[in-house]
Amino acid sequence: MSSTNDFAFKIATVNGTGSASANTLVMQSIFRMGIPVTGKNVFPSNIQGLPTWYEVRVSGDGWNARRQEIDLVIAMNPETYAKDVAAVRSGGYLLYDSTWPLPSALERDDINIIGVPCGEMCVNAFERDRDRVLLRNIVYTGALAALIGIDTDIIDALLTEKFSKKKKLLDANFKAVRLGYDYAAKHYECPLPFSLSPLNKTSGHILMDGNTAFGLGAVFAGATVGAWYPITPSTSLMDAFTAFCKKYRTNADGTKKYLIIQAEDELAAAGMVIGANWAGARAFTATAGPGISLMQEFIGLAYYAEMPAVVVDVQRVGPSTGMPTRTQQADLLACAYASHGDTKHICLYPSDPAECFTMAPMSFDLAETFMTPVFVLSDLDIGMNDWMIPKLEWDDSYVPARGNVLTAEQVAEISKWSRFHDTGGGIPSRTLPGSGGKGAFFTRGSGHSLSGAYTEDSAEYQAVLDRIALKFKTAEGAVPKPEFHGSGDNEIGLVALGGTRGAVIEAMDRLESQGVTCDFMRIKAFPFGPEVTEFLESHDKLFVVEQNRDAQLRSMIAIETGTARDKMIPVLDYAGLPLTPAVVVDGVRAGLGQTQQLAGVQS
Amino acid sequence: MTSIAKPPVKHPGLPKNGLGLTKRDYEGAMSTLCAGCGHDSVTAALISAFWELDVPPHKAAKMSGIGCSSKTTAYFMKQSHGFNSVHGRMPSLTSGANAANRSLMYIGISGDGDSLSIGLGQLCHAIRRNVHMLYLIENNGVYGLTKGQFSASADVGSTAKKGEANQNAPIDPILLALTLGATFVARSFSGDKTQLVPILKAGLRHNGFALIDIISPCVSFNDHEGSTKSYKFTREHEVELAPVDFVPLRKEISAEQKDAGGVTSVSMHDGSVVRFRKTPESYDATDRNTAYTHVKECHDRGEIATGLLYLEEGSTSEMHTLNKTVETPLVDVPYGELCPGSGALAELMGEYR
Repeated sequence: MSSTNDFAFKIATVNGTGSASANTLVMQSIFRMGIPVTGKNVFPSNIQGLPTWYEVRVSGDGWNARRQEIDLVIAMNPETYAKDVAAVRSGGYLLYDSTWPLPSALERDDINIIGVPCGEMCVNAFERDRDRVLLRNIVYTGALAALIGIDTDIIDALLTEKFSKKKKLLDANFKAVRLGYDYAAKHYECPLPFSLSPLNKTSGHILMDGNTAFGLGAVFAGATVGAWYPITPSTSLMDAFTAFCKKYRTNADGTKKYLIIQAEDELAAAGMVIGANWAGARAFTATAGPGISLMQEFIGLAYYAEMPAVVVDVQRVGPSTGMPTRTQQADLLACAYASHGDTKHICLYPSDPAECFTMAPMSFDLAETFMTPVFVLSDLDIGMNDWMIPKLEWDDSYVPARGNVLTAEQVAEISKWSRFHDTGGGIPSRTLPGSGGKGAFFTRGSGHSLSGAYTEDSAEYQAVLDRIALKFKTAEGAVPKPEFHGSGDNEIGLVALGGTRGAVIEAMDRLESQGVTCDFMRIKAFPFGPEVTEFLESHDKLFVVEQNRDAQLRSMIAIETGTARDKMIPVLDYAGLPLTPAVVVDGVRAGLGQTQQLAGVQS
Repeated sequence: MTSIAKPPVKHPGLPKNGLGLTKRDYEGAMSTLCAGCGHDSVTAALISAFWELDVPPHKAAKMSGIGCSSKTTAYFMKQSHGFNSVHGRMPSLTSGANAANRSLMYIGISGDGDSLSIGLGQLCHAIRRNVHMLYLIENNGVYGLTKGQFSASADVGSTAKKGEANQNAPIDPILLALTLGATFVARSFSGDKTQLVPILKAGLRHNGFALIDIISPCVSFNDHEGSTKSYKFTREHEVELAPVDFVPLRKEISAEQKDAGGVTSVSMHDGSVVRFRKTPESYDATDRNTAYTHVKECHDRGEIATGLLYLEEGSTSEMHTLNKTVETPLVDVPYGELCPGSGALAELMGEYR
């Protein structure tokens, strides 16, 4: 089986040994050859010494979902040889570091084995221990370049950009690339039956992860305060916000137009965000599931006291500590209905880093317009992996929607004003502290009347709660509408949200080739608007694809739209890795009675 | 029931402050606390302090958590914005508000349950962060709203209303704050307005986190024989260690006054002066170790040390100072100065290829 620009390979290494930079180098090189490429990092919750994998899919057609079938495994970690040998598809290839021989028990007759003595060559070529360890990664990169046809001029150019100020290191890297390349070229037939051929499909595109994109988007949205507590996989989001603020918001005299607080915990981070929004700043936090659990109390306060707040949840695998470095969509219910009492929250579901960027200003606009917390539910796959996305663009005519906030001039003219009265669509108005005594009000999480006064009167309490419900209904018209694929006339409708988009679209394509034609609705936000209901009603058979065990999206749809659960067949994947199209194809076919195989945990 | 507004009665003869406002202009809603509650005396002292300092009410922000003490933010300065939040979380809320708008005067009112149990972590970190705010602990050693449980500040052996004695060691907010590097630490007594008002004024002018622990007896659940937070016990055991006068910047300070017998002066960030009166010679309120030792020794003798116990002169660790935040409050920085714009984004994209 030979193919060009359509294969997947996986690199097995040990974390903390410099393999991450080599992985990026490989991915960037392919991208610069104009070939669409996707990289998925499968890494341990550990600093150094545990196994880590990097899966790269090359697709000239631009498919970006994770691929289950691996054509080539680069096995650089003897600890995981058994697992890595087993991962190669029949007829595929294994590249391993022959410095440490492959135990014969692990050899397979149905795959091709390529030995490159990366470690040994490094020991012979480099003096320093550190170089010998780090450059081993560059040696296999060189070998890989020979085997699959990566343009070494591009590798050299990338290395030069990276080490332009460190001549010695640059030369060592060049040498390491050659060692691997020459060895593979001399001892094996290159390229392999699957290889790269330059295309022109990546111009106008970039490689970026979602955490970087949201951090950047928050700067463009005008956020000035960030509060957070370190937690995988969201940490790099606030790191990115910090770096971009430093770059774009620091005056010549060193003074800063931002303040980022590393809080003592997620409770405090949420409190800081709400306090800053109360005072009139755009403020946000980024966290993951355990942080969402801790923030519940404050989320309820912001909901009931009607304060804006943006909370990014970069979802990881739960429950509890779960698997911090794996991906899932299992916080859907925890966010949509966060906190005790009757609560419902606006949620946005970006599908890739590009949407993380555009949904940043959107989340602040919604939070301030509706004076309520807004959740942005990203996940580890979107947040921490580099995705090929169109270059980000900014419309300079954007004006932040700051909501119905009275100006100091309006406050000065107040004769009678009350904080919680409906000014239209259930949305009240507010004043900022410092804007004038006539607009002063008391913000409280205790029972209050429409005027903001403390109350234990049933009717006064209900009047406020009912208006907040009306406000949530109004938000249906303001949140982004779903994205639709397919003719719309099919009986079968697929429903999903977030980063599974690519896998579902690819599955549709495969199903079509198998005679099953579907429509697809990707939900972008909660509350669901009439467009969502219409799709649900116009399809006889629905498949709800999601990455959690309990079919949380299906539950939300049933609760909010009244769609019969029987009509919605769950297609679930909660193993912690990015979704593959195969899971969707199998799930749909099983649901149609076409196979006996049930969708579930993927291998 | 709803909160009770006070009738707007005019008293034309009332004295006015520098802004032309009377003390009535600094009042709030009617207190719903028990008659004789120490917290109401603190509220009255706060009204005096803000009035005497000519603070425009709308430039102050009143922050609180949950509990009897936290309710009192409604009872003064109705023209200030207030935020009665969730239990023990006022420090984080205030940190965020202060981050966004550094031009307001933040006063946080908490209690011993709110600060020393459920909110202990937030208190500690607001101190470490040196958030510019006045932080009051209205300390009565008891949970009043839930009818009389011990709080974390109750002394060992102190008894509850029904007689059982507390056996757990207390958390002393003063010793805690000194340990954590607080830059302004004071203790007072709600029944001693003469001492409390100048301390409140100094605390409001401190450029950083000013902690004042105020023994404020609970008349319903902790004002009996056997309580160490009662009016009687506090009056009998209070040792005024570091009494002060506060001289705001606008008043002229003469050299004589400054070093008159037994009086030492400490300059505040804005040029105001705190003058310590009658302080024992061995006591140096600008030395953290001295303060710690004295407070501890008093406590061991069963005494309550009061006064402005510690003040870090020339402190530069306030949150915005450390961050180098622009002087303009972040809420007032125009959006145009915050958004890098399309050109910058286009240029940045080159780094992601």
